[in-house]
Amino acid sequence: MSKKTIRILIAKPGLDGHDRGVKVVAQLLRDAGMEVIYTGLHQTVDQILKTAIQEDVNVIGLSILSGAHIPITEKLMKGLKTNAMNDILIVVGGNIPKGDIDSLESLGVNGVFPTGSKFEEIVDFIKTNVG
Amino acid sequence: MKNTQQKEKDVVLESGIKVKPVYSPEDVKDIDYSKIIQNPGEYPYTRGIHPYMYRARPWTMRQYSGFATAKETNKRFKYLIEQGQTGLNVAFDLPTQMGLDSDDPQAEGEVGRVGMAVDTLKDMEYAFEGIPIDKISTSLTINSTAAILLAMYIVVAEKQGLSPDKIRGTAQNDILKEYIGRGTWIFPVEPSLRLITDTIEYCSKNIPKYYPVSVCGYHIRESGANPVQEIAYAYLIAKAYIQRVLARGIDANDFIARISFNFDIHGNFFEQIAKFRAARRLWAKIVKDEFNATNPKAMMMKMIAGGGGGGLTIEQPENNIVRGAYYALISALSGTQTMALCSYDEAYTIPSEKAALISLRTMQILIEEMGLCDTADPLGGSYYIEALTDQLENKIENCMKQVEKRGGIVSAISKGEIQREVSKQAYLYEKMIQSGELVKVGVNKYRIEEEERKIKIHEHNPALVKQQIKTLDKIKKTRDNKKVKDSLDKLRDMAKTEENLMPYIIECVRVYTTVGEITKVLKEIFGEFKEPVII
Repeated sequence: MSKKTIRILIAKPGLDGHDRGVKVVAQLLRDAGMEVIYTGLHQTVDQILKTAIQEDVNVIGLSILSGAHIPITEKLMKGLKTNAMNDILIVVGGNIPKGDIDSLESLGVNGVFPTGSKFEEIVDFIKTNVG
Repeated sequence: MKNTQQKEKDVVLESGIKVKPVYSPEDVKDIDYSKIIQNPGEYPYTRGIHPYMYRARPWTMRQYSGFATAKETNKRFKYLIEQGQTGLNVAFDLPTQMGLDSDDPQAEGEVGRVGMAVDTLKDMEYAFEGIPIDKISTSLTINSTAAILLAMYIVVAEKQGLSPDKIRGTAQNDILKEYIGRGTWIFPVEPSLRLITDTIEYCSKNIPKYYPVSVCGYHIRESGANPVQEIAYAYLIAKAYIQRVLARGIDANDFIARISFNFDIHGNFFEQIAKFRAARRLWAKIVKDEFNATNPKAMMMKMIAGGGGGGLTIEQPENNIVRGAYYALISALSGTQTMALCSYDEAYTIPSEKAALISLRTMQILIEEMGLCDTADPLGGSYYIEALTDQLENKIENCMKQVEKRGGIVSAISKGEIQREVSKQAYLYEKMIQSGELVKVGVNKYRIEEEERKIKIHEHNPALVKQQIKTLDKIKKTRDNKKVKDSLDKLRDMAKTEENLMPYIIECVRVYTTVGEITKVLKEIFGEFKEPVII
């Protein structure tokens, strides 16, 4: 069984335009050997889902810094269910208060990486958890 | 042996300048005081734009605030004014910044979250209720929809019975930096530049005391740029705006003085101070030599230098109080006109009242206890500071030349080149933090694991969102909708011409046309920006 290259969609949902973090993570994952597709800013959840299907990705990473991470993630998780996209690994990063990590995980998010997360932890998590 | 090695270890600043272990008169022997440095208030203003600096008037203290609805924000404004704050800085929520009304499906979850929601003139009336806007200068942190919010501000002043020449304040209104960092762009580059030019032209003819643009190196630096890039890109952007206004036949002496700057403070203490001194000198030269201005006021670089959020940490947040105090000290030693500090809880949340108050007190302590206002540019003449100022000026100038050689800032931003440059820098910086090469106390050194975080997160109140939408609904039903339609039709027609749009936008807001309705009409004519996604 040959290991396929991991394809990851890095997405900036909503109106928040702070993209320093998302671009750092995109460069990191590309350097770690993954194929990174970055959506650019101001994406709706539907646009993100559409791109994920088109690009046939294994992972979706959301970056949210405005504080609206719960409602946005909720919407994405619903959309994944509707589209029967069950085997995609979902990670969320950004300005996420500790207290919200559990809530995100209970929505079905696989990994939460708040600002300041270690590079190795992000890379290892994705590599280990992509089936 | 080990000791010698340590002494010889290179110290290199973020801007790439190597720091010597000792500086002496030898390092400044070619810097002619009467030509290159000069007294405060004298060209090229290295030491400050005013002969007496803070002795004559301390810097303006202007904390960024605004959340939920205009009524809530009005309460915070009044509190800050009571506590001695001397200027206001309005934060708008993302839908307002992106030209969406509170009831737009795309605004869901974002209404009133990172600033106050504005749909119509009514909201701006509420925000400034009981605040005489000729008495306090107000800064509007708004960019792609700045023309609309400025129009509202003008009408609010009118309703307070003030003539336009009484209006003081600043609109951020710097769209080019939005494409580099912060990202609240709507229209393509060219029509966005037209709107900026319209506002500058309108203000120079009608609201002489207003600063229609605050060019922001701040967000460029916060997005990852080093201190040299921060100033260089901001100056290139300012030059792009100026060239467009000049092309309309307006005299350089009549408007350049009303363009101000917003810069960032975090990083090396001395490098920051030298950066501002160098920037002031370079701007004076650019305005004099490239734009042939003769009005000294146009040559004076006026700025808000703020303690940047990028320097603050989530870890051990109380350390941010200390960082904020040093940033304020840097700002004071740099000769800023206005100061703002990110508050210690700002890496998490919209500042609590307590955190905002500590920031304000930090500045007041510097002004009233520590003697920072006693004499102008107290570090002037330091061998190190003067040498560093000189080196930074050269670096900034070179960085500007490189971009100009490649076809200029507007094309570099349109193609995403500057964005790529800045995010590359952000990645390098982050790698250095992760490896420990660059120390961030409490983050990659002296870390306390399992730390309890006692910061209270600003509660987003969904009831206030409902109230905002209800108010909007009511206004839409009670306003004169015929007038609204006429105002929008007129704006649409004029947007197709080269006419200045400000008077038509003012007519729209006056009849309670919404931010979303105006933006939609402009989108029809201007189209939308397509982001060059380059990593």
